[in-house]
Amino acid sequence: MSEESTRENVADLLVILRHGPHGSSWLREGLDAALVAAAFGRQVSLLFMGEAVTALVRGQQAGALGQKGTAATLEMLAMYDIDTLLVEAEALARFGLAEQDLMLPVNRLDAESLPRLPAEHRLVLTF
Amino acid sequence: MRYAILLLGAPYSRQASHSALRFARALVARGHGLEGVFFYHDGVHNAARLAAPPQDEPHLVDGWKALNREQGVPLQVCIAAALRRGLLDEREAARHGKQGHSVEPPFELTGLGQLVDLGLRCDRLVTFGP
Repeated sequence: MSEESTRENVADLLVILRHGPHGSSWLREGLDAALVAAAFGRQVSLLFMGEAVTALVRGQQAGALGQKGTAATLEMLAMYDIDTLLVEAEALARFGLAEQDLMLPVNRLDAESLPRLPAEHRLVLTF
Repeated sequence: MRYAILLLGAPYSRQASHSALRFARALVARGHGLEGVFFYHDGVHNAARLAAPPQDEPHLVDGWKALNREQGVPLQVCIAAALRRGLLDEREAARHGKQGHSVEPPFELTGLGQLVDLGLRCDRLVTFGP
């Protein structure tokens, strides 16, 4: 095991989500990877960047396309012990979103603290 | 160093698959270990058995098969992403009542848990996406 992975503050997996909940399958497939890792007992953090912050907006529905959307998946995160939900603060501001607009409690991160995150995880997957 | 590749881009529509295959070859040429290639998102189309590109273009599917044959690199395909996109091996085709199959060995349909294991086991997981 490498030195890095034995450090106490290093979690297993960081999943970076950069796409919105509709229009492509990126967000759903990224969340699937996070859920599977958590189901196998891995410690998972999620980082919502850019358009992906819109996935956290309350009251979303599946929409007309017959796709499932991601709100139901996000509601299951707690059940999978994924409770590190990190959000790019600048993206929230850009989309005019405040914390009361969001369906889950999140940690807002400013641009300066984002670069530290990859080093704090053994594996990073970006969707 | 022990490497793994995650491929998310569709063959021929994007550069990702070409780059990933070239990177895989370069790793081997430099004496690094390549422990596996995992195909996810639109990357699963790289496993399409019936792909028939023009003869004057690189044959990506055959390229992956050759990498497996010559270097023993496992080619793992996310089963959930594959089934949605019509990529089924013989067993899944039978299970879903489909005539014919579109994925064959050495590509193997497997779960996302394999991707996480692969990424955590290797020194580097390099992602190729659109």
